[in-house]
Amino acid sequence: MPSFLDPIAGFGVTFTTMFRKVTTEEYPEERKPMVPRFHGRHVLNRYSDGLERCIGCELCAWACPADAIYVEGAGNTDEERFSPGERYGRVYQINYLRCIFCGMCLEACPTRALTMGHEYELADNNRADLIFEKQDLLAPLSTGMVPPPHAMAPGTTERNYYAGEFDQPGTSDATDRGDEKP
Amino acid sequence: MTMTTASTTGDVLEPRPDLVTVTIDGVETAVPKGTLIIRAAEQLGVAVPRFCDHPLLDPVANCRMCLIEVEGMPKPQPACAVTCSDGMVVKTQMTSPVADEAQRSVMEFLLINHPLDCPICDKGGECPLQNQAMTNGQGDTRFDGPKRTFPKPINLSAQVLLDRERCVSCARCTRFAEQIAGDPFIELLERGSQQQVGIAEDVPFNSYYSGNTIQICPVGALTSAMYRFRSRPFDLVSTPTACEHCASGCSLRTDSRRNAVMRRLASVDPEVNEEWNCDKGRFAFRYLESDVRLTTPMVRVDGELRPASWDEALVTAAAGLKAAAGKAGIITGGRLMVEDAYAYSVFARRALGTNDIDFRPQGSSAEEEQFLASRVAGAGLGPTYADLEKAPTVLLVAFEPEDESPIVLLRLRKAAKTGTQILSVAPAASRGLAKTNGTWIPAAPGAEPTVIAGLDENTVTALSQPGSVILVGQRAAVTAGLLSAVGRLADRTGAALGWVPRRAGDRGAVEAGVLPSLLPGGRPVADAAARVDTAAIWGVPEVPEAPGRDIPAMLAAIEGRELSALVVGGVRLDDLPADAEAALRATEFLVVLDTHAHGLVELANVVFPVAAAPEKAGTFINWEGRQRPSSQALRTNLMSDARVLAALAGELGVVGLDGDLARLRAQLGEFSGWEGVRVGSPDVAAATGEPGPGLLLATWRPLLEATVLQEGEPYLAATARGREVWLSAPESAALGATEGQLITVTSASGSVTAPLVVAETAEGTVVVTGDAHRVLGQSGERVQIAVEGQG
Repeated sequence: MPSFLDPIAGFGVTFTTMFRKVTTEEYPEERKPMVPRFHGRHVLNRYSDGLERCIGCELCAWACPADAIYVEGAGNTDEERFSPGERYGRVYQINYLRCIFCGMCLEACPTRALTMGHEYELADNNRADLIFEKQDLLAPLSTGMVPPPHAMAPGTTERNYYAGEFDQPGTSDATDRGDEKP
Repeated sequence: MTMTTASTTGDVLEPRPDLVTVTIDGVETAVPKGTLIIRAAEQLGVAVPRFCDHPLLDPVANCRMCLIEVEGMPKPQPACAVTCSDGMVVKTQMTSPVADEAQRSVMEFLLINHPLDCPICDKGGECPLQNQAMTNGQGDTRFDGPKRTFPKPINLSAQVLLDRERCVSCARCTRFAEQIAGDPFIELLERGSQQQVGIAEDVPFNSYYSGNTIQICPVGALTSAMYRFRSRPFDLVSTPTACEHCASGCSLRTDSRRNAVMRRLASVDPEVNEEWNCDKGRFAFRYLESDVRLTTPMVRVDGELRPASWDEALVTAAAGLKAAAGKAGIITGGRLMVEDAYAYSVFARRALGTNDIDFRPQGSSAEEEQFLASRVAGAGLGPTYADLEKAPTVLLVAFEPEDESPIVLLRLRKAAKTGTQILSVAPAASRGLAKTNGTWIPAAPGAEPTVIAGLDENTVTALSQPGSVILVGQRAAVTAGLLSAVGRLADRTGAALGWVPRRAGDRGAVEAGVLPSLLPGGRPVADAAARVDTAAIWGVPEVPEAPGRDIPAMLAAIEGRELSALVVGGVRLDDLPADAEAALRATEFLVVLDTHAHGLVELANVVFPVAAAPEKAGTFINWEGRQRPSSQALRTNLMSDARVLAALAGELGVVGLDGDLARLRAQLGEFSGWEGVRVGSPDVAAATGEPGPGLLLATWRPLLEATVLQEGEPYLAATARGREVWLSAPESAALGATEGQLITVTSASGSVTAPLVVAETAEGTVVVTGDAHRVLGQSGERVQIAVEGQG
């Protein structure tokens, strides 16, 4: 049995909502920082001298439930060194048409080479451009970094690198975050 | 009633005297005496973890991983080294806390010095150490000191890399090298934590079988240079294939990633290659990715070869072959799968209407043809590898198994261990023969028929024992009278006679009738009944009756204008006799079917690209006569020889030629079991060796040399054995040369300089090993020798 108070009750919801804080985000004019552990686009990190952390072990590809990662390893030589140690990732591709941003690859990565940043604008009008190659994923060179190939720091072995002596401060989980510090 | 039935029909097995009863984890089982506990447990489905144990190697109990509890023994025992005895009660890690604790402790101990660099290790993902650390290890270690380290990796050979940090000293590799291959180039050195696998200084691990150590290494200590960092097990698509390199007929597993072969492993086939293969079969597959692979048909227009469509190439080829009607022949190589060889055989008889077809570019004789027709074609299976193993005596004639059929050598070694006597009629006592503990019967090149006819009574008696085997190599063809003599010896002694060709397709070609005098299944062309039978299977009124020409006759016929067109499949110019190039240039119309562009393509009028062995399915027939089916490992647009020939026949207006594999196989099957007339054994007299100046050359093709199928694999090529000049001690002394001195050997076709090895060689013979045959020519040539620098 409808009551004459029903329309007023309905407007009651409208009126209370009118005075609430709006949740609309003015994207893309205004971009809000993501939560610290947001899973955005991957980054292939570097050591502080610019050598790549990736050793091409393919564990990320193995862990990937969507088969989005393709890696080919290759051997470093004294003349042409991309990473400390014997092996580096010669080919590194992530297919963002497949990636489900679960982050299993990060857990699998033994050198913390692969992390996820906060970039989420991954839309395009063709498929080919959504397969990111190694050069698209590598972290940009910051101060003090020399682009590989180059030798390891004098007097060091890969063990020094793995022990954390060449870690970049504040970059244990992403280098291109740049928005907020946890 | 059931009870009664059971007791009367003997459902209750009487214990056999050679069985012992053991109880493993509370389950009683009977196993033959001498069975190792680990094998008995396997039969019950209990997997005891292990590293050093390998069913084909002698037990050593080096790794201690398989410790189990045996009732009545004070300490845990290694299951891989203790044999079952009657009434033994065994408790594995499944039921015994003691065994479980022992295994966990051993695993913890093995991992103390293991670098745990699984992410960069090629074994990662298929590593017994990784797997068993998960199943039988613990998550943590109590060891917190620095790990023992070594510089890594080091080269044991150009191909085999050793990472000593990863080694668990199981000695599988060193035992394989010593017990199976007979190449003890590697050994465990040092003691305690410094224990490591090593080679003698400057003596690399250049064994033809070295790749097997990589496959059986239970950790990532041994890896191959060619597979280094190339992929992970989960990337690989595995296909069962047969090896296309030699007539041993190994089962292989071809692992490909993104339609490119990454590696090949030996598959388990107890009847043929057991669990082994040779390095050529394992590593030589990069030829598939060669820059000179043929991918499109080509047609010669105005003297120039240019790519063409299939239609154009087929029309041009058909027109050329039609123009040469009745004057066209076929030359194939010995590397065809049997279905393709059969297609050539049918194409010759039906589309070209000729018996001019031959598969033996590398030296042949009419005597060989008769021998193949009488004793090999349609002979079915045998003698087999198992026969070699059981044989009381095996006689090798013109056959160097290590180079020419390496898996035969492994079987002969296995046989020799159980008392088989190996004899070899050869120009020299080779290292391969020494590995089989064999006896050398000296015979200078050309003198083998005489030596065989005059074998002493003891040898003949030994060969007359039931089960004895004579193996004759393909090289016997070039010695007049040798195959006749071998046939007579086999008849006289009753020994089984095996013909061991060098290439994978040779036996298949014989069975398919790729010979001028032979139709498929051992049917002689000369026999009317055989021709009628063949015509009936093919559904044609008749098959050509005129006797065909072999390769030398075909080449001569081209020069004599009796042949004007040739179809050539899978033959390299350097396979053919030296004067062949001129004849091929004189051929009016040359159709080439091949995988790679090489010398012959330059002479061709029409070129058809065909699929290489891993790119198609098919069957090889190995020297035993055993079918070795091979699946298609790679996707390709290329067609098999049989499909191309079927298309060409269609263009020629010949219907009913089939390129379909299943139908080819079915039709080939109809040719088995010929019971009609067979060609008789050859009876050719031995050539009388005329004394001449200098020495007689003896040489054979080595396993590893620069051939098309071995291209693109520098690590393998670097393990090839170099050339050596073998001279007997008196002849070295007469020459005034000492071991290691450089000797120049000069034949009519060229000269080779190589270090001297003082060896046992037949009188008046110089053996030149390695790929010297390319320069000097075949065995039996007269050569001059001189010490380098002394003119």
